[in-house]
Amino acid sequence: MKKTPLYGAHRRAGAKMVEFAGWEMPVQYRGVIDEHLAVRTRAGLFDVSHMGEIEIRGPGALELCQTLSANDVSRMKLQQAQYNLFINDKGGIIDDVIFYRIAPTAFLICVNASNSEKDFAWIQKQASGEVELENASSRYAQLALQGPLAEKILQPLTALPLAELKSFYFDWADVSSIRCLVARTGYTGEEGFELYCNSADAESLWKALLEAGCPVGLEPAGLGARDTLRLEKAYPLYGHELDDTTTPLEAGLEWVTKLAKGPFIGRETLLKQKAEGIQRKLVGLELLEPGIARSDYHLFKDGKSIGRVTSGTKSPTLGKAIAIAYVIIEEAAVGNTVEVEIRGRRVRAKIVSLPFYRR
Amino acid sequence: MDIPEHLKYSKEHEWVLVEGKTVTIGITDFAQDELGDIVYVELPEVGEKVVKDDPFGAVESVKAVSDVYAPVSGTVLEVNDVLPDTPETINDDPYGDGWMIRVEISDEEELRDLMSHEEYAEYVEQQKEDDDEEDDDEEDEEEE
Repeated sequence: MKKTPLYGAHRRAGAKMVEFAGWEMPVQYRGVIDEHLAVRTRAGLFDVSHMGEIEIRGPGALELCQTLSANDVSRMKLQQAQYNLFINDKGGIIDDVIFYRIAPTAFLICVNASNSEKDFAWIQKQASGEVELENASSRYAQLALQGPLAEKILQPLTALPLAELKSFYFDWADVSSIRCLVARTGYTGEEGFELYCNSADAESLWKALLEAGCPVGLEPAGLGARDTLRLEKAYPLYGHELDDTTTPLEAGLEWVTKLAKGPFIGRETLLKQKAEGIQRKLVGLELLEPGIARSDYHLFKDGKSIGRVTSGTKSPTLGKAIAIAYVIIEEAAVGNTVEVEIRGRRVRAKIVSLPFYRR
Repeated sequence: MDIPEHLKYSKEHEWVLVEGKTVTIGITDFAQDELGDIVYVELPEVGEKVVKDDPFGAVESVKAVSDVYAPVSGTVLEVNDVLPDTPETINDDPYGDGWMIRVEISDEEELRDLMSHEEYAEYVEQQKEDDDEEDDDEEDEEEE
């Protein structure tokens, strides 16, 4: 299994380690609920160095990025970030990613750990013209500092005026004398930053942030809390809500899919699907009876199978069981009551609007 | 790691308190620690039969669901009514207020298959060592 540069620090901190996408990662330190609530009320620090980083540079970079992805990369300003999707020719999602415009003709793309090799191979296959590609995953470490106190914790460590850094923008700056790309992005639904640095600097940066945040209650947080936080916000997780067979229209990601921007891979299929209408849709569920719906549990209405759960948990913020599921379009209306089969038992659930949690 | 001396233990990390033909069953401190925050508990009904090595219920953390296996066979006499509303009781007090069910055992011979506290302590250590060895193996591989 692969290890991030912070593996030793996690073990010393008493983290429980699990396998995730081929990486040995901390799932929790003190406990998932404590860490979740720390992020919602104060701040949490995540090691997300398992995420992959791919760089595309050169005069042909913008054109290649436009062909590769569903969002309109041409609208990105320098030092802007953008949520984006790689789509296959059947309209399915290869990966969901963040683009960073690091130069007029250069992009850094943060990709899912589980997909980084697949993505890179696919990009290489599409690449033509004057571009340079680099799978830079091992060069970068990535830390996510998330929570309402994130800015207050980070500001004393850097000369970068954070108040001026808008959501989905980034800049380069020294943080505790370590060169970082500091982005106001995240996966928790709270204010916060994602910091990219050289792998060799990861442990120093981790320590500096924890020390700076300790007095105001910053806690290291694991993948367990990362998952419950993103789920309350209904951010999709690749392999659960998204995969090579789900389309952005089904996944509620039409806002990312700029069909009018011009040609991109998968566009024809998506235009067709948009014209014909989707057959299934991602919805939010709240359980009306005791139980927790989990990934792959089946959904029923009047005894008929109508879909399946993609993610579910008991929401630490809301104190109730929530889930995301694909449901056939006829039964996908908010307010509809359906049944989830939980270990042989049918439990009532209501379709609710997303996200479950708003700041 | 708390492993009380007066209890017996199963390989699936349940504890058993034997009082004549009645046993009380719960999950061990090790098990609750491995699971993390427990947020939901599924228990059988009073009067249901449980079968040794078959699941009789489940405990769920925010992250995952885990079956709880019957360490002995018998009939459920009582279930812990506080657990549906306060499942975290199992984290806080696994051997006390976090008990799960009481069972009238149908075959006392089955108790022989359970471990003493010393045997269970060794069993847990062995499991932890196995985990660590896996880590060591990997480190060796990386050095090669």
